Amino acid sequence: MTLSRRQTIALALGAAAAAAVPLPALAKIEEAIAAFTGGAAVGEGGITLTAPEIAENGNTVPVQVSAPGAVAILLVASGNPEPGICLARFGEGAGSQMFATRIRLASTQDVVAIAQMADGSFVRAASEVKVTIGGCGG
Amino acid sequence: MAKDVKPRVRVPKSAKAGEVILIKTLISHPMESGQRKDSKGEVIPRSIINRFTAEMNGVMIVDMKLEPAISTNPYFEFEARIDAGGDMIFTWYDDDGSVYTDKQPVAVA
Repeated sequence: MTLSRRQTIALALGAAAAAAVPLPALAKIEEAIAAFTGGAAVGEGGITLTAPEIAENGNTVPVQVSAPGAVAILLVASGNPEPGICLARFGEGAGSQMFATRIRLASTQDVVAIAQMADGSFVRAASEVKVTIGGCGG
Repeated sequence: MAKDVKPRVRVPKSAKAGEVILIKTLISHPMESGQRKDSKGEVIPRSIINRFTAEMNGVMIVDMKLEPAISTNPYFEFEARIDAGGDMIFTWYDDDGSVYTDKQPVAVA
């Protein structure tokens, strides 16, 4: 297969864009997660993140996180100007380790929830939300 | 200073001892993110509610740290376990130092 000059340039641009765009955002979100976990290993399972597949309005996206047995849940977004969304700590009076809220998403991105379990371990769940109109007023 | 901040909370009036009840809270607040610019191109300063707590009889139910990514009119839904009757106290902490509270009695039937 031979590539025309135009195709080659398009490919190179595509690859550059793919490499350049997620990296800074990814670094930020990893930082936010590390600040919460203290660098501990993060497992899977035991946490459920419910978010819409497609959000027409990024200004208010309903999400729900549930992690039975968690003491705290951190919610972060990979594509927002700031990764943090909220950090919930559950007290003795909590009936379940669940909360639902509405969040802002600037663009199509992954929403990540990390739960700290009572035994000190961490689990994560992620969900991609496609955003039609971004919600950061930019 | 945010204007017309009004908390609205929905809590069942009564519950059985040990029952888990669903709480819904909403507070009207612009949650200015600090990312937006006005018509002159100047950044509108951040003004959000940065913490929300719910407690009952001195026992914490949930304590949330909030970032600008929480939508305007922050809404929260969570569950509480009722061991004894009393007042459920909700508190919102504004960036400007204001504290808004709401109190809802829950009776144990």
